[in-house]
Amino acid sequence: MNTNNIEERLWNFIDGTATAEEKTVIEQLLANNAEWKEKYHDLLAVNKLLEASELEAPSMRFSKNVMEEISKLHIAPAAKNYINKKIIWGIGFFFITLLIGFLIYGFGQMDWTSSDQGTISKNINKVDLTKIDFSKFFNNSWVNAFMMINVVLGLVLLDNYLTNKRKEFRKQ
Amino acid sequence: MSTGLNDNEIISKVLSGDHQAYAILVNRYQNYVFTLTLRMIKSREDAEEVAQDVFIKAYKYLADFKGASKFTTWLYTIVNNTCISFLRKKKLDIHSLDNEKVFEAADNQDSGMKANMVEQKSKLAMVNESINLLNPDDAQIITLFYKAEQSLEETAKILGIETNAAKVRLFRARTRLKEKMETNFAEEVRNLN
Repeated sequence: MNTNNIEERLWNFIDGTATAEEKTVIEQLLANNAEWKEKYHDLLAVNKLLEASELEAPSMRFSKNVMEEISKLHIAPAAKNYINKKIIWGIGFFFITLLIGFLIYGFGQMDWTSSDQGTISKNINKVDLTKIDFSKFFNNSWVNAFMMINVVLGLVLLDNYLTNKRKEFRKQ
Repeated sequence: MSTGLNDNEIISKVLSGDHQAYAILVNRYQNYVFTLTLRMIKSREDAEEVAQDVFIKAYKYLADFKGASKFTTWLYTIVNNTCISFLRKKKLDIHSLDNEKVFEAADNQDSGMKANMVEQKSKLAMVNESINLLNPDDAQIITLFYKAEQSLEETAKILGIETNAAKVRLFRARTRLKEKMETNFAEEVRNLN
């Protein structure tokens, strides 16, 4: 076992993050193995020093400086008070609808009747992107319905936003 | 001014308008915050400025502290982010774990110090000196774990990493610290046991 591995296991033992099983193994190794015992005492000494090391102190005026600065400030309202959850949910709903719409459309376009397993990959290879007629995609009733939902959702969100703005303006 | 209050009680007081109560939090944590910033930024002057900035930011956004974690965990997250922003602004290296240049710089720093200072240093000062020779990432995780009274889980949360990643980072930092101590303070290290 290399030194790094021994040290890693010993640090886990010292930090108390070793499992009960690992702890027993290490305790046995410490009792019987001189190399482990020596390493353990080295690391324990470093650990004790680190625990005992002192904190640095800033200048005497530190606290006063901070209090002077904050006397000019106001505590900002909590973010949850000014972030409208409805808008967040609306955005989430929009993207979920978008994904579901694309999935439904994608599955709708697939040829499920063929039992040949290689059909899909063969068809993918045959696709010539330059010859795709994109106008056809927007004739599908699913896509139209999906676009309609998104437009309505967009208008609802816009209305919500403008209503809030108007309320704020009236308050002022 | 009452100092027997816990952090959450003080925060409630500050939020209900007793702004002076914030001084208790500043006095309570100024050494922790300053030590953390100093370990990352290295210059005392800049570290003090950044530490002040940390307390000002914490005050400004105090209403956002939900009490789900310890106040110190929230505060040290601000320390971490403010120090990183400062270092970026100063165009200093953010020091990835295997950044050789940092070690070279630290080694150069060592040679000047070796000559006459080492003997006068106490063991504790030796640890502080050795931590100062580490790159900011290593110094930060060691300070958070040992001095800021943060558990491994809380340290990971502050640094925005997984607990296991924090464990690995701490192990590497301690290994490098031990190397620094053995290289630069060989005699003290021999007398440790």
